[in-house]
Amino acid sequence: MADTAKAKGGGTAKSTGGRRRSRKDSTTSATGGTTSGVADEKPDVLLDYYRRMVLVRRFEERTGQAYTQARIGGYCHLNLGEEATVVGLMDSLKERDYLYTNYRDHGYAIHKGMSPRRVMAELYGRSDGVAKGWGGSMHMYDTETRMLGGYGIVGGQLPLATGAALAVTYRGGDEVVMCQMGDGTTNIGAWHESLNLASLWNLPIVYAIVNNFTGMGTSVERSSAEPDLYKRGSAFRIEGVRVDGRDVLAVRDAAVDLVEKARSEKRPYILECTSYRLKGHSVVDPAKYRTEDQVAEARANDPVAAFEEQLEKAGVLTEEKKKEIADAVKEEVADAADFAENSPSPDVSTLFDYTYATPVANESRRMPADPVFAE
Amino acid sequence: MSVITYRQALRDTLRAEMLRDDNVLLLGEEIGLFEGSYKITEGLLNEFGEQRVRDTPISEEGFVGAAVGTAMLGLRPVVELMTINFSLIAVDQIINHAAKVYGMFGGQTSVPMVIRTPGGGGQQLGATHSQNIELFYAFVPGLKVIAPSSPADAAAMLRAAIRDDDPVMLLENLGLYNSKGEVPDGDETVAEIGRAAVTREGSDITLIGYSRMAAMSLRVAEELAEQDVSVEVVDLRSLRPLDRQTVVDSVRKTGCAVIAEDDWLTYGIGAEIAASIQEGAFDYLDAPVRRVAMAEVPLPYAKPLENAALPSAESITTAVKETLSAVGKRVG
Repeated sequence: MADTAKAKGGGTAKSTGGRRRSRKDSTTSATGGTTSGVADEKPDVLLDYYRRMVLVRRFEERTGQAYTQARIGGYCHLNLGEEATVVGLMDSLKERDYLYTNYRDHGYAIHKGMSPRRVMAELYGRSDGVAKGWGGSMHMYDTETRMLGGYGIVGGQLPLATGAALAVTYRGGDEVVMCQMGDGTTNIGAWHESLNLASLWNLPIVYAIVNNFTGMGTSVERSSAEPDLYKRGSAFRIEGVRVDGRDVLAVRDAAVDLVEKARSEKRPYILECTSYRLKGHSVVDPAKYRTEDQVAEARANDPVAAFEEQLEKAGVLTEEKKKEIADAVKEEVADAADFAENSPSPDVSTLFDYTYATPVANESRRMPADPVFAE
Repeated sequence: MSVITYRQALRDTLRAEMLRDDNVLLLGEEIGLFEGSYKITEGLLNEFGEQRVRDTPISEEGFVGAAVGTAMLGLRPVVELMTINFSLIAVDQIINHAAKVYGMFGGQTSVPMVIRTPGGGGQQLGATHSQNIELFYAFVPGLKVIAPSSPADAAAMLRAAIRDDDPVMLLENLGLYNSKGEVPDGDETVAEIGRAAVTREGSDITLIGYSRMAAMSLRVAEELAEQDVSVEVVDLRSLRPLDRQTVVDSVRKTGCAVIAEDDWLTYGIGAEIAASIQEGAFDYLDAPVRRVAMAEVPLPYAKPLENAALPSAESITTAVKETLSAVGKRVG
């Protein structure tokens, strides 16, 4: 935790350098700074994190491929480059804890406990999808694993997650809510309103910002008057921490710390995970707004490659083990895609099944060309 | 049978539902210590405490969305929005979230919440505090929008809304809070959402309204009865789902219709009703369907201007008489 930056709620946030330099000055280096962390960790745990990160990488690559083949429709935002953040954050949650995310949700869905098969089936819009084909890429959801939704409206999930935390305290429970979002979200009203409510009402929630420094194509510097996003809870007396999102162990340590504080203190926290987006905002975005240098920098900071190198250097990941994991993940992703491919589309007869939970008189069930009064 | 106000009916029902079910909690601005801008929640903080009667900051998007989150975990929040005008600040949470969670995730989690909010002009509140924008919500599948016009309906419909597993917007009206009506003692009636009611039977013309306009339509019908005009009054009660059949059945009987609505005419609730009538009772119509609606201006403050812009008993009466004379029925 020594290498993370902190902003104390209510106090003056510690300066971590100028706007342009803030990323490097305040975060650890994935390629060099945390090998001691690797040495402290059990090999099994490290290999499991590695496997999970590779799973997100391969799953998302397959998703991008299926999208360009028009097997997947709509908008499609991938977790490529954010694998360490996804795995670190999800490992900090207990099964009973709740998760809300934005639309970049595939990896979170899988590592909160949904099967890759059913996540892929949702992407394909099939009836075996986690939302029966009603949600698609942006709207993964599963009551069982308590992933209470990927949401497509920036900031929309924040009041919901805050309310879920209110319900936890209303019932005297000890669950924590994690609310994931992107860097651009910290400029919308829902962010400020949610933080105010969470602090005022002492709610057990961790707001996790995945800061890839680009809201679609607009940089944090061009959109946020305070670009050190972990400080933005200061006005609400919410403590914030920034961590290198390319470092799975650093993310996990910071997240576990804040999740457990939220649980025991019944207080909200902010965790900012800095990361690089390897590709454009969505599958169809060629990211022309990025300079060649920026693209090269992102590639050089690939968290999967960096972690692989670390584990190899530490002697944890042998060539044999690497191949074993690669093959197993390849098989798992291929199986997910096959499952999705073979899952039936939802039957059109179910079109009116989910408008209302309580049946209601005079609910409209007319199809587009039907007359209002069919006699 | 007791005669109580619309306000009292709402308050008594909230209290009874909170006693019945621990999962029912209230959220809103000034509902606790201040006891509600319109005193609907009077005494409830004292009785139930801060956990169940939660004063919120002026933060509509935040607390409406938070209510959706509590409902997703199985609580039954009843949110008070001080006026429907303030719902515009929470519109993303109402339309993009409350109305979508059940369907968008394939029916896994329902959102059992109620948003109570008054609309209505006539209080000299000016352009931003007098709008009737229930149409925005009645437009959206996934929401249920209901509009009681009497104390008995206010109680029965609020009870239904709280016990319903979907997000329900219950439209109140500033002009109705002090209106009185009979409510049976110990009444446990749960209204059926999605049903209109014929609140007065008649044979000459159908007069259709909701909320304050339904109450006003009844008074107009009573006055016209003294001039030997038999007006049938349909109270829509539910704006979504919309009970078109009850409207059409009445018009098939009377052959003509006037719609009274508090909102603006163009694209308003009345437009939908008129379209339904032409489709369901085309061969029965003896005259064009007439709409009485607010003048299409931001509502002014000055009393003579405000009065001129709003529908009134007189304007409804005029529209009814003109429609009747168009079909050859003499009045008065």
